[in-house]
Amino acid sequence: MPIRTVMKANEAAAWAAKLAKPKVIAAFPITPSTLVPEKISEFVANGELDAEFIKVESEHSAISAVVGASAAGVRTFTATASQGLALMHEVLFIAAGMRLPIVMAIGNRSLSAPINIWNDWQDSISQRDTGWIQFYAENNQEALDLILLAYKVAEDERVLLPAMVGFDAFILTHTVEPVEIPDQEVVDEFLGEYEPKHAYLDPKRPITQGTLAFPAHYMEAKYLVWDAMEKARKVIDEAFAEFEKRFGRKYQKIEEYKTDDAEIIFVTMGSLAGTLKDWVDKKREEGYKVGAAKMTVYRPFPVEEIRALAKKAKVLGFIEKDISIGLYGAVFIDASAALVNESERPLMLDFIAGLGGRDVTFGQLDDALRIAEEALEKGEVEKPIHWIGLRKELL
Amino acid sequence: AESPFKADIERAQKELTEKMTPGAIAYIPGSSVINKTGSWRVFKPEFHKDKCVRCFLCYIYCPEPAIYLDEEGYPVFDYDYCKGCGICANECPTKAIEMVREVK
Repeated sequence: MPIRTVMKANEAAAWAAKLAKPKVIAAFPITPSTLVPEKISEFVANGELDAEFIKVESEHSAISAVVGASAAGVRTFTATASQGLALMHEVLFIAAGMRLPIVMAIGNRSLSAPINIWNDWQDSISQRDTGWIQFYAENNQEALDLILLAYKVAEDERVLLPAMVGFDAFILTHTVEPVEIPDQEVVDEFLGEYEPKHAYLDPKRPITQGTLAFPAHYMEAKYLVWDAMEKARKVIDEAFAEFEKRFGRKYQKIEEYKTDDAEIIFVTMGSLAGTLKDWVDKKREEGYKVGAAKMTVYRPFPVEEIRALAKKAKVLGFIEKDISIGLYGAVFIDASAALVNESERPLMLDFIAGLGGRDVTFGQLDDALRIAEEALEKGEVEKPIHWIGLRKELL
Repeated sequence: AESPFKADIERAQKELTEKMTPGAIAYIPGSSVINKTGSWRVFKPEFHKDKCVRCFLCYIYCPEPAIYLDEEGYPVFDYDYCKGCGICANECPTKAIEMVREVK
């Protein structure tokens, strides 16, 4: 029987890692993710998890150590956040380019400067071009489940790409919620033993990994990484379906909420989806035709799902905790690209919110709604990007 | 003396015509031999057999290795891979190896 208990998302991530039975874990402590490797080291020390726990001197070394272990042919795990993930940046490309199905938990935290330990998604959003699959969890149960799903998708022969699972700093990492720990046997059946066909070391089969590719070969290697990420779309759907069958919890790349007759739909990710759905309930009672959508998968970008969602809305608003300085929020930019060749598109708005841990309140969502309604009334968008919840008195 | 890499070069050249693998893994060991690094050379080791005492130091120190020994134990320089680092000339106790500017 699955155990129903209460825990923080960091603990849920550690439990997910334990259930997946990685052979090597390397990690370096960083707020708000420290508890993940701390808990795992406890599992290893207690003999509950048979794995090598490598203590390293930086996040760059942590990811490098798991790249080495994964290239040797075992299942691996690590966790980090913010500056730590930024320090891993160059090695993230290497993990993807070497097609190593590493899984990493991210306690989504802002980037310096100014230094700030609280939640936004800038750390992992900024890794969107590295070739890592990206999942975002709404709650602690999703943090656990999505890590198991990350292994399932990453290790699929059609994919073979690393995957990261993001969950919001403090809002989830340090908040205790009810979580169901699945049975080990069911997880074992779901994931199976990790048996790499390409990336493993065996003296009887000498190979070179991490090769040099001249201009005559580099593009093809990169194309295969891009192509694998394209193929991941279908594999993710299959994995979600199998997960639901085995564990009874349903996941979708984009989960819609009260969208069927909605004129205005807001899209978000992570824990903000909970706030948004609550707010939609309230606005529905007040007579507004609003809906919500939660993006669980950010890479590969859910192009088809965004197109289907766009068909339902007259105004599509993105509420995101990240900003691509020099343009708009990354989710809005990507969604715009997904819709660019559609003959009919909704009016589109981008709302930058909650950076550096600022609470996203109903009042701020009301502001976004007012801007969306104004666009709907006028039939055009004058300004696509709005920062909501800004303290104008400080500017 | 024939390059000991001849068979590797032939196998690796065959691999080059095969498909790109996931992770750009090279499945044939020794495939780096098809990259003729001798073209990087600025100075070339010139061998003076009359001074050579067959101590093998050049053969031992060559980091490539681009020096192998003929049947009599004299060094043979593989200019396909010798990058002209000059370590052999530096180590040679009888100055039997002289670095001369490469002329192309």
